[in-house]
Amino acid sequence: MADYQNLFTQVQAVGPANLGVPLGPRNSPRTGTDLPQVHLLGRLGMAQIGPIYLGPLGLASIIFGVAAFNIIGFNMLAQVNWDIVQFVRQLFWLSLEPPAPEYGLSLPPLNKGGWWLMAGGFLTVSILLWWARMYTRARALGLGTHVAWAFAAAIWLFLVLGFIRPVLMGSWSEAVPFGIFPHLDWTAAFSIRYGNLFYNPFHALSIAFLYGSTLLFAMHGATILAVSRFGGERELEQIADRGTASERAALFWRWTMGFNATMESIHRWAWWFAVLCPLAGGIGILLTGTVVDNWFLWAVKHGVAPPYPLVFPPAVDPATLLQGVKP
Amino acid sequence: MRAWTACIALLAAATLLAGCERPPVDTVQRGYRGTGMELVYNPRTEIRVAEANQAPPVTEPAGSDAGPKARDIYKNVPLLGHLGVAEFTRYMAAITEWVAPEQGCNYCHDPANMGEDSKYTKVVARRMIEMTQHVNADWKPHVAATGVTCYTCHRGKAVPLQVWFKAPPQNNGANFIGDRAGQNSPMQMVGLSSLTYDPYSLYLLGDNPIGVGATTALPTGHVASILHTEQTYGLMMHMSDGLGVNCTYCHNTRNFKTWEGSPPQRTTAWHGIRMARDLNNNYLEPLTKSFPASRLGPLGDVAKVNCATCHQGVYKPLYGAPMAKAYPELLVSASAQAKVADGLPPPTAEALRSVLYFGVGSSTLEGEQAKGLTLLIATLVSRPSAKAAISGYHSASGELSANQQLAKDRAVKVRDSLVAAGVAPNRVLLDKPLQAEANLSGEDPAARRVEVTVK
Repeated sequence: MADYQNLFTQVQAVGPANLGVPLGPRNSPRTGTDLPQVHLLGRLGMAQIGPIYLGPLGLASIIFGVAAFNIIGFNMLAQVNWDIVQFVRQLFWLSLEPPAPEYGLSLPPLNKGGWWLMAGGFLTVSILLWWARMYTRARALGLGTHVAWAFAAAIWLFLVLGFIRPVLMGSWSEAVPFGIFPHLDWTAAFSIRYGNLFYNPFHALSIAFLYGSTLLFAMHGATILAVSRFGGERELEQIADRGTASERAALFWRWTMGFNATMESIHRWAWWFAVLCPLAGGIGILLTGTVVDNWFLWAVKHGVAPPYPLVFPPAVDPATLLQGVKP
Repeated sequence: MRAWTACIALLAAATLLAGCERPPVDTVQRGYRGTGMELVYNPRTEIRVAEANQAPPVTEPAGSDAGPKARDIYKNVPLLGHLGVAEFTRYMAAITEWVAPEQGCNYCHDPANMGEDSKYTKVVARRMIEMTQHVNADWKPHVAATGVTCYTCHRGKAVPLQVWFKAPPQNNGANFIGDRAGQNSPMQMVGLSSLTYDPYSLYLLGDNPIGVGATTALPTGHVASILHTEQTYGLMMHMSDGLGVNCTYCHNTRNFKTWEGSPPQRTTAWHGIRMARDLNNNYLEPLTKSFPASRLGPLGDVAKVNCATCHQGVYKPLYGAPMAKAYPELLVSASAQAKVADGLPPPTAEALRSVLYFGVGSSTLEGEQAKGLTLLIATLVSRPSAKAAISGYHSASGELSANQQLAKDRAVKVRDSLVAAGVAPNRVLLDKPLQAEANLSGEDPAARRVEVTVK
């Protein structure tokens, strides 16, 4: 028979709903007291659903978010002539495109990018409100604001792509379209236009932090699962009062790589890796086109891109050859 | 429960991978190691493509063209009348086999009067023969000595399988919502990507600039929007799809813009784009009125060529089978030969600038052009202090090194003529040409010239 030994048991403990801590003044009351327990959810996370706190910020955020979502969705639906079947079939191709280059930063007609501008504006408002909600909710519970600041790092990248860089470039058309394949094509075209983003050091840094994040996540998750049999999943207790789980985990990493994080510092590592990924990436995007026009040539100029032996006979742009020649 | 989960997982995996080709694929390295210069081939696709792209057997050449000429026997043979009768009939049999094997001679000819141009197909076919000759004679930078025949595109079909029409504009209704901006449609012609789905009108009919990458590390005012990049990207997807090759067939992996380190195929492809543009503008578009409406596109435009029209998924059409050399009548451009005597622009003879034009491959001034030279000499004689700066130019078609020599010869010839006419040698300078418009359309009479600036 399964018994309750640590938090990672698959046994779902069912009891009176946990309604959380008492809230301070100016917080709207909790919604729902008879909270449902969902077994399937319990297999992934907590079985309890709610209470959900929406509040004015959350409500406003959802309204703006739904507005943006609907503008994008209805534009896509109109593109397939309001045919639901075609909407589903072509969904990955459909997109709400930013205004064409000739409009610059001016306000285009609704169907020539105006909808895009409106959807982008609403989405930005929605995201910023959601950020404020993350911040105030953390404060209301007496937490630190680490989640809000990590979210802010992602918002930075979002704003660079869709607002800050287009404004600096003087054209909304530089921004990303709202669509599945179209935003991927935008990414490829962006790299081709600016001479291969592979040579953008901030792009490289961002990738290092991205892969680093996944690596740290895997290492940390594996370590804690591995020492949960010694109570290692009670990480905060282990921070305050290091027990054999911590000691074993630490020794494991010292054995295998000579150095180890602590129960506390591993979370700072992970947080910074995750946050630096969009921060560095955003800087890389912001510099592209504004400060650097061709990253490959930039890398050649600064000795980043090494010369390779020539394999093919030298090729030159025929457009430069077809002019008259010096007699 | 477990079985259901497994089923769902399997279904999800199948859905996700439905668009993928099954491994294994072959990878061929073609650049320096470690630079990712690789071509990827799916051997199962290659077999299918190879079967569909075999050249038909070539019929025995007619041999000697002694005896009566086609024009002596047949009526209305302006293009091929100079051929011997045997070669003429051999070619007629071949073109039937290539273009209308099921319909036969009567597809183009009126059986009651073979010489009559009563069927539109005959008018079009004649122009297409001219086009084939033009390609073989004037677009050597693209087709080299291999050349093309009717079969290169037609493959036994009256209308080549892969042609393009202008995309009809989206019906935007009241133009309130749902503009696709000419993209985001799963079209085969851009490799099912969401890119601009009519790059041909922009680049293979129009001559919008194709290159988008900057030539300097830092911004210097070069403007190419992301939209423009996606349009170019759409054209490149077509080329990749049409030739069955990766980007690395023409481009180096490190930077698509820079020519350094690019495979030589990129130069060939560069000329190919200009060739398709030339054929669409000068041969196909002018035929629009000849075709019946049923042969035209949704916008009433004529069927036009792109890379896939000849290539049909292969890096060289028919894997480079040298079909054309067995049909010498397709190798010479009759019209280009005719232009030599006539068809040059009149010489420019202004006070400060003279432009003199030359025939194909020629460095001799003839007819009107020689009169232009006389006027230039008169100008220089009347202004003893003036100096003449001479620059020679050549056209795009033919070998580059030979062309450069030709341009030089033309300039030297004009200089020698001026000196011979009594102009002091120190008044005549050979000058490096100023920035000139690139002549991109093959044999352009306006490009074969010498410019003289009087200072």
